[in-house]
Amino acid sequence: MTEKSTPTRRQFVAGAAATAGLAAAGGFVPARVAIAGAAPVKIGILLPYSGTYAKLGEAITNALKLRIEQAGGKLGGRAIEYLAIDSEMSVPKAPTNTNKLIKKEKVDFLVGPVHSGIAQAMAKIVGPRETPIMIVPNAGSNLVTGSLCAPNIFRTSFTNWQPAYPCGKVMADDGHKTCVTIAWKYTAGRQMMDAGTDNFEKHGGKVVQDIQVSFPKVEFQAQLSEIASIKPDAVFAFFAGGGAVKFVKDYAAAGLKDKIPLYGPGFLTEGVSKAQGAAAEGIRTTLHYAANLDNAANGAFRAAYQKAFGKTADVFAVQGYDTGSLLIQAMDAVGGDTGATRDLIAAMEGATIADSPRGAWTMSKAHNPIQDIYLRQVKDSVNEVLGVAAKALQDPATGCKMA
Amino acid sequence: MDISLFLVLALNGIQYGFLLFLVASGLTLVFGIMGIINLAHGAFYMLGAYTVYWLVGYTDNLFVAIVLGLVIMLAFGYLLERSAISFLYKRDHLYQVLLTYGLILVLDEMQRIFWGTDFYSVPVPQILSASVPLTETQDYPVYRLFISVMCMAVAAGLYLLIGRTRLGMMIRAGASNREMAQVLGVDIGRVFAIVFSIGVALAAFSGMIGAPVSSVYPGMGEQILIVSFVVVVIGGIGSVKGAFVGAMLIGLADTFGQVLLPDFASVVVYAVMAVVLLWRPQGLFGRA
Amino acid sequence: MSESRTVASLLLAAVAGLALFPFASDEFYLELFTHFMVLGIFAMSLDLLIGYTGLVSFGHAAFFGLAGYLLAIITPESEAMSLWVSLPVCLAGVALAALVIGWFSVRTSGIYFIMITLAFAQMTFYYFNENVALGGSDGMFIFTKPTVGIGGFEIIDLGDPTTVYYAVLASLVACYLLLSMVLRAPFGRVIKAIRVNEHRTRALGYDTRRYKLAAFVIAGTMAGFAGYLEAVSTGIVSPGHLSWHQSGLVLILVILGGMGTLYGPVLGAFALGLLHDQVQDVTVHWQLVQGIFVILVVLFLPHGIAGLVARLARRGAALAERAREPES
Repeated sequence: MTEKSTPTRRQFVAGAAATAGLAAAGGFVPARVAIAGAAPVKIGILLPYSGTYAKLGEAITNALKLRIEQAGGKLGGRAIEYLAIDSEMSVPKAPTNTNKLIKKEKVDFLVGPVHSGIAQAMAKIVGPRETPIMIVPNAGSNLVTGSLCAPNIFRTSFTNWQPAYPCGKVMADDGHKTCVTIAWKYTAGRQMMDAGTDNFEKHGGKVVQDIQVSFPKVEFQAQLSEIASIKPDAVFAFFAGGGAVKFVKDYAAAGLKDKIPLYGPGFLTEGVSKAQGAAAEGIRTTLHYAANLDNAANGAFRAAYQKAFGKTADVFAVQGYDTGSLLIQAMDAVGGDTGATRDLIAAMEGATIADSPRGAWTMSKAHNPIQDIYLRQVKDSVNEVLGVAAKALQDPATGCKMA
Repeated sequence: MDISLFLVLALNGIQYGFLLFLVASGLTLVFGIMGIINLAHGAFYMLGAYTVYWLVGYTDNLFVAIVLGLVIMLAFGYLLERSAISFLYKRDHLYQVLLTYGLILVLDEMQRIFWGTDFYSVPVPQILSASVPLTETQDYPVYRLFISVMCMAVAAGLYLLIGRTRLGMMIRAGASNREMAQVLGVDIGRVFAIVFSIGVALAAFSGMIGAPVSSVYPGMGEQILIVSFVVVVIGGIGSVKGAFVGAMLIGLADTFGQVLLPDFASVVVYAVMAVVLLWRPQGLFGRA
Repeated sequence: MSESRTVASLLLAAVAGLALFPFASDEFYLELFTHFMVLGIFAMSLDLLIGYTGLVSFGHAAFFGLAGYLLAIITPESEAMSLWVSLPVCLAGVALAALVIGWFSVRTSGIYFIMITLAFAQMTFYYFNENVALGGSDGMFIFTKPTVGIGGFEIIDLGDPTTVYYAVLASLVACYLLLSMVLRAPFGRVIKAIRVNEHRTRALGYDTRRYKLAAFVIAGTMAGFAGYLEAVSTGIVSPGHLSWHQSGLVLILVILGGMGTLYGPVLGAFALGLLHDQVQDVTVHWQLVQGIFVILVVLFLPHGIAGLVARLARRGAALAERAREPES
């Protein structure tokens, strides 16, 4: 996956020389590219390409490129240069990586990240600047479009609040009076548990125990025994990736699945339901996407994605795809003039992503999608839609000065 | 806490302890006998899981896949020792740390190239897929009991190998005094290569046998690395018995800590290690 | 010219090169080099423990991250705070933490020391990772840069990247000189003796545990200084800054660069950082290249990168010697 086709390798030699204390520093001055109409639009991407979350980075990148390719491979009539960097899911490395894309590569748009801590580090650099425009294709931290919101920061995914909040009502509607919440002890887990608990209790339910598992531990036997001894009506859980696979499998293996139904934000089964196998069957979750959503865009998108990459599309791919749609709309609105930052921002703020696989959505004043949240159930390892859990749900955007 | 929850947690703790012992056993061998701080131990664990996933695809049988996988991993470990690790015995131990760090990076990339970034599952074999009821609400999967049995077998096997065999004698001789053993005619290079390949195979074995429970995914090895070191150090380096006791201690402390002290659950393991080391600076069964 | 003098003049040339670098660099590389120099200070402080005292700490990032957190906690959201207040507070806090952790840790040695330092660092990590009031797993911002004034006049503007670069360069040189002085003092001779043979040193009447503790506190405080600089220049701190990955990284920098040289770890920070920077431009899969690089260094450079420098210096010195001979 080589993203850059115009490397100047002499920089490497210069680097080595400088290290040796010879200060052959001239090689570091980058060649200035004249920003003319013909120059390509630069899209910087900062996503995980190694480690447990590499799958997410890959899906987002693939779908983003697919969307732009479908629109003729150009943005506002200009060719595109992608510059992708592995975020390594490392916050300490985030400032350097972000600076590289902004100050060295001078990208017009910055797409990323997956990790909320990295999102904050990026927002710290991008927020006070005029350019580039940053688009978050996953990281759900409530703060990014809350107290840290900024004119040039957009999100095409979700806030942690969004997919979790409606699930509280779903559990109450299913007739459950008590529930145990369980999640990793980190920020995303906390924000999702709080949102779900809030809505569950609003609808007459009661959370009898809040269990937190140290991150990123994947041994759940102690907690499962605790749940078994409490015997709540339902369990509300958030895990992702390897943790989600293991938790759902262990939950079923402990025989709890048929006695105490499992609920959660959709990440519990999204993209991992195949690895979970029979253990995931029947689990109900809420998310802004479901595999069999009945709209033309979704069918076409899934077919194209399968054809291009030989893989099944998931919500992360959808978020990447919609990032592409947002870029296309905005760049068309300004005729490809990336210098017209204000108009670009205005176009993005007013955007309606009508042909999104998740169904049409609009941008909130805090720059986060106002979107439908679906109730889904796993059937034959596919997250199938049962209905809409919350229509056009908007994040409260607590602390955002623009909202 | 009622007595039934207590008993269930104790069972969980012991079972987790077995799992920890299995993961840490290879490390204590390599660490204790060869003095190598092997950061790549987690990577070998991951490689084992992927190998068994790959082989189950062909053989459709977990047991056959594990046996084949073990042969591959033994050979891989042997080659690795001969081609890289063996050059470092005369140098500061820290260079081995650096080398094994480099290995992690290379092995992670190999994993990505061969198997991609997807999550895979390995099915539990039919004969072990049942569950036994434990309490009125909780069942216990038979496969977990099987893992415990395998751990006991590994513990017994290692104990016999080191204590009762000729190879074990050479290993012990080499560990306590390398030069002397060499003078007495022990081919210490070969012995070390064998020890290292056994260590690699044990790490891989725990990844293989855990695969049906944990599934197989990138970065899975990293999570077990630190806790393996904790277990080995608590027990005292190079002591199989110590690793076993350390694993049980950590398994129980962690399991009960999660329920009794939820606010401090994340640090219980490390607090236990710190206390043990302050009480006995060489670990529970380490030689002073 | 002797080998050590050749090395010394090479180091001087390197510092001169670094001093001239801002004239030839763009903003990105300026900030990147600033970051490398901060890592260099961090790694150098660990070298005092590993390369001179023989104590391998696998929890050194605890002090690096702690300084950042202290700064984030005491810095008000809107009003800037004076460096003359925040720096001493942060360093004192870190020194105290190093004293407590060190007091326990120096009771063990060898691998057990590695693991007990890891244990304390992990406990610190989880404290911050799970503390919602301190930003939890996502970390905290340092909203305003410290002001540096004398008598009401602003003398250094830490908002300017070039100024920060020179401030960090000066810090790097100062830390190097400070540690060199410490090592030349009687104290330094004792800790070096501990590394070679602790029993004998104790037999000579030195309370080795106290010396080790002192070295641990000096190294920890200097790591905290590096953490302070990093937090000031990036404006963020997160649990990742004190995770075992970070402790492992700095350990790798020391070994790769060359233990027991002080300047080696700085070379390590630059070498690994520049390699990463260049590979990143070509592919997102930097791991393979970096992994192979590390393995090759281990196999072919027996004393790290500093060892290579010393070898070249030796050869240079020998050549100079030979060139002079016919005249005498």
